[in-house]
Amino acid sequence: MKDRTAVVGVGATPYYRRGRSVPQTAMELAGKATIAALEDAGLTVDDLDGFALYSMGFDTSLFAQWLGVPDVKFTAQLTGGGGGAAGSVGLASAAIVAGMADCVVSVMTLQQAASRFGASFAPRGTPGATYSAPPSPEGNFIQPSGLMGPGQMFAVLAQRQMHLYGTTREHFAEVAISTRENARRRETALMRDELTLDRYFDARMISDPLCLYDFCLECDGAVAVVTTSIERARDLRHPPAVVMASAHGGAGRWGQAITWMGMPDEYFASSGHRDVAKRLWEMAGVGPDAVDVALLYDHFTPMVIMQLEDYGFCGIGEGGAFVADGNIRWPNGSLPVNTHGGNLSEAYIIGMTHVKEAVEQIRGTAVNQVEGATVALATGGPASIPTSSLLLRSDR
Amino acid sequence: MSAPRGVLPPDVVWLAPNVFTEPFWLATAEHRLTLPRCTSCGTYRFPPSAFCFHCRAQAVEWVEHDGTGTLYSFTIIRHAVIPDVADALPLIAGVVELPGTGGVRLVASIVDTDLDAVAIGKPAELVWYDVREGTTIPCFRLV
Repeated sequence: MKDRTAVVGVGATPYYRRGRSVPQTAMELAGKATIAALEDAGLTVDDLDGFALYSMGFDTSLFAQWLGVPDVKFTAQLTGGGGGAAGSVGLASAAIVAGMADCVVSVMTLQQAASRFGASFAPRGTPGATYSAPPSPEGNFIQPSGLMGPGQMFAVLAQRQMHLYGTTREHFAEVAISTRENARRRETALMRDELTLDRYFDARMISDPLCLYDFCLECDGAVAVVTTSIERARDLRHPPAVVMASAHGGAGRWGQAITWMGMPDEYFASSGHRDVAKRLWEMAGVGPDAVDVALLYDHFTPMVIMQLEDYGFCGIGEGGAFVADGNIRWPNGSLPVNTHGGNLSEAYIIGMTHVKEAVEQIRGTAVNQVEGATVALATGGPASIPTSSLLLRSDR
Repeated sequence: MSAPRGVLPPDVVWLAPNVFTEPFWLATAEHRLTLPRCTSCGTYRFPPSAFCFHCRAQAVEWVEHDGTGTLYSFTIIRHAVIPDVADALPLIAGVVELPGTGGVRLVASIVDTDLDAVAIGKPAELVWYDVREGTTIPCFRLV
C-alpha cells in the first residue's frame, strides 16, 4: 500500500458548539463536507465510488441515494470508536490498492444535540434524555463505580501515568496551552481566548486529575477527505498528500480499554497505540525522526503525552518532560503537535480535523504551517481497539 | 439495605447479567466475592466471558476471594455528567487489583474514605453496597 494512494481533497462544515448545527441534520452536514472535499480536489460526486468510514458511520445507502453516486463500489467501516479516525484513510487506500474502488471518501459527521459524548456511558438520565447507555453485562462492572463518561475513565489511566512516571498536571497544562495557542490563530477554532497556566489551575476539576481544560470540546460539524490512486492524484488540483503508511488495530488484551480496565500492567498507562505504531513505521520504512508535524488525537491531554511515548518520539514515561521542554510548540518546537488546535481547542469532530490538518501541512497551506513540512502523522483516538494512524508525505 | 458513604444512588445502579456474569451477581447478593477461573489452565478471567483468553477453554469454576486488594488507580469524580449523580458527589472511582488472581481488577467505588487519603498502592478491603433486594455490588474501603 505504501506510496500508492494520496489524499487529494479535504472539506469541512463550520464547527458548532454542541447542538448548534440544528436544524441541519448530521447527514446533511456529512453531505456538505463530502461535496466540499470533492470540489477541493477538482472532482465531483460523479467521480466518487467508495466510502471508508469509522465510528457511528451512517448507512451509506441513503447517503449515496441523496447524492446520486453513480456506482458505489466500496462501502465499509472500521469498528470501534474514535480510534479509527486516521485509519479510515488506510481503509480507503486498501480498497483503492485492491482495485475495488478509485475515489473514496472518509467522512465524520457529529451532532450532539440529542446526546452528549460526555455522558456516553451513563446508565440512565432524566426522563427523555437519550444519552443513556442501557445496562449491559460488561458495563455492570464499570458503571456502578460512577464512571459514566470517557473523561472520567481516561482520568484513571492518567492517574496511573502520574504515579508510574512522575507526569504532572503542569505537563497536561502544556498540552492544553500549546494547543490553545495554535487555535488562537485560526478563524475556524471554537476556542480562541488565551489560556494561561493560572487559568488552567483555576479551572474546575472534572475528574481528578483532569480539569476542564484537559477535556476536548463537545461540538457539531463534519469533515471529509477524499483518497484516490497516486497516478490520478497527480492530475488533480492540489499537490498530493501521499499515503506512506496506515495501520489500525491493537492488542486484543487492550480490547475495550477504558470500559474494562483490565489491560496488562505493561501498557495500562499507555495510549494503546504501541503495536499500531510499530506497524506504521515498518510499512513507511521510516521512524519518528522523519515526522515534521504530529496531529495526535487529543480528547484528553494525558493521552497526547502517552502517544508521544508510544510512537517513539520519546521514551516510555518521558512524555511529560518532552512537552515541558517545549518540543510540541509551534513553530519552534522539535515536533509541533496539533497545529490546528486539536479536539481541545479547534473542534472535536472525532479526529477528522487531524487528518485534514495533516493534508494541509503537506500541501504547505496550513494556518500554522510548519516550514518545509514533508511528513505528517495523524492518529485516531486512544480508545478501544482499533486505534489507528496515518503517515502522509509530500510528493516532492 | 445498607449503603456505605460514597456510592451512587440506587436509581442509577442497574444490573443486566448474562449467562457468563450471572454467577458473580448471585454470589454478591449473598455477600460473597467469587471469580471465574479456567478449569483447564487455571487462568482467572474478568469480567466473566465465554472463553479463556489464555487457552480458549470455556469451562470455569467460581473461586471465592476475600476481597483484600491494592488500589491500582482511581479518579475523584467531581462533576455530574448527568443530574442524577449530583447529590452523590464527590465520588471516588477506584480500580482494585486482587492478589493471587493473575491481575484481576475490580472497578468499584472507594467508600468510607477521605478524599485526601486516596493513593495508588494502598491496601483495600471489600465493603458491600446493598442496592436493593437481590442486588449487591462490591465496593472497597482503603485501610
